Amino acid sequence: MNTHTLTLLTIVAEALLKDRLIQEIRQAGAKGFTLTEVSGEGSRQRRISEILGDNIKFEVITKRETADKILTVLQQDFFPRYAVIAFMSEAQVVREDKYT
Amino acid sequence: MVLAFAFGIACRLVKSEMAIPRDLYTSLSIYLLFALGLKGGVELSHSQWQTLLLPAIMTIALGLITPISSFMTLRYMGRFTIADAAGIAAHYGSVSAVTFIAAEKFVLSNMGEGSVAPFMPTLLTLLEIPGIQVALAIGVIGLAKSKRDQDRASGTVSPDAKSHSLWTVCHELLTARSMVLLVGGMVIGFIIGYDGYAPVKPFFDKGEWMFKGALTLFLLEMGLVAGSRLADLKHAGAFLIGFGIAAPITHGALGVYLGCLAGLDAGSCTVLGTMAASASYIAAPPAVRMTLPEANPTFYLTAALAITFPFNLLIGIPLYFRMALAMTGH
Repeated sequence: MNTHTLTLLTIVAEALLKDRLIQEIRQAGAKGFTLTEVSGEGSRQRRISEILGDNIKFEVITKRETADKILTVLQQDFFPRYAVIAFMSEAQVVREDKYT
Repeated sequence: MVLAFAFGIACRLVKSEMAIPRDLYTSLSIYLLFALGLKGGVELSHSQWQTLLLPAIMTIALGLITPISSFMTLRYMGRFTIADAAGIAAHYGSVSAVTFIAAEKFVLSNMGEGSVAPFMPTLLTLLEIPGIQVALAIGVIGLAKSKRDQDRASGTVSPDAKSHSLWTVCHELLTARSMVLLVGGMVIGFIIGYDGYAPVKPFFDKGEWMFKGALTLFLLEMGLVAGSRLADLKHAGAFLIGFGIAAPITHGALGVYLGCLAGLDAGSCTVLGTMAASASYIAAPPAVRMTLPEANPTFYLTAALAITFPFNLLIGIPLYFRMALAMTGH
């Protein structure tokens, strides 16, 4: 099968950032994303509170430049203030034009 | 009902796995808030606007005073950071609907039907928002100023983090679940009046079994949540624990006093005092987390849920009732 290499950007964040992150992902030019509710513990080993909701996970398949753009925004506005992690990896896709 | 709350705490203390599903908790809070708004609207359709004006002014005054007094106390006596002080102040400036319902029930069972003014739920919606806004504004402005001072001292300019503007917060608070349900219920109640309310009364009315049962279950859940925060009390420190008790007493007395000035009867004064004394835990936490993420959630959630809420439920409400009786000359 002929596949193309794109970037898979994964973001795990506290649930109340949902709308703002969707806005940032769209603004950076990503065509779509998958959103799931997740739970877990981080470096501080505790959840902030059940009152503020659980965590959410975004998976975005996009061009490397778009993923970089999103990461830059996260680094500037989100990492210092909120509970967010993000990481990139490579993804093999069949229909490249669907994502870029 | 208080026993249900205590039972919830006890479940956590013995580390029981008992939990109320999140969806049930959401459903219960939707039901309680909507029922509260609906009944308030029905009553409002039969009351006169003039009687509402003065109490409404006093309520907004409370919404402006309590966050400022909380912030000052925490910042200058408790030595909390600007963000932490403002975050906690936002919770104490706003109001807890369940504490409100508990106060109303307490007064009704002591003084009988009709001893609380019908427009109290309207005042509840008035008090919900200004307190949060005032405290958040203090926090955001205070943080921006201290950052400027730091930049000036070090001669550098640090990049501005894109902040969540107060206007966005205002929109979010106005469209938040609790607000929409209260106001929506009130509008519907106002339109349908007593006649339209009669068929749904057994389901929604505060005096009926359904409402009492739902409230009891909700308090059980509150007990579970408060119980799971008890362990955080040791992180909170003695000052915050003291604040969680002293603030409601002070604000409660002020609320009762302003209620008397506005010409309310003893029952309504008790409820207004309780509103001023209570700390929000539905509307305030997400708003504070969004706008002042620098504030430590352990502080504000522990103070509002594990200290002030149980205090009001067990000691506060009877105390404000006594104050109201004394001030209105009973």
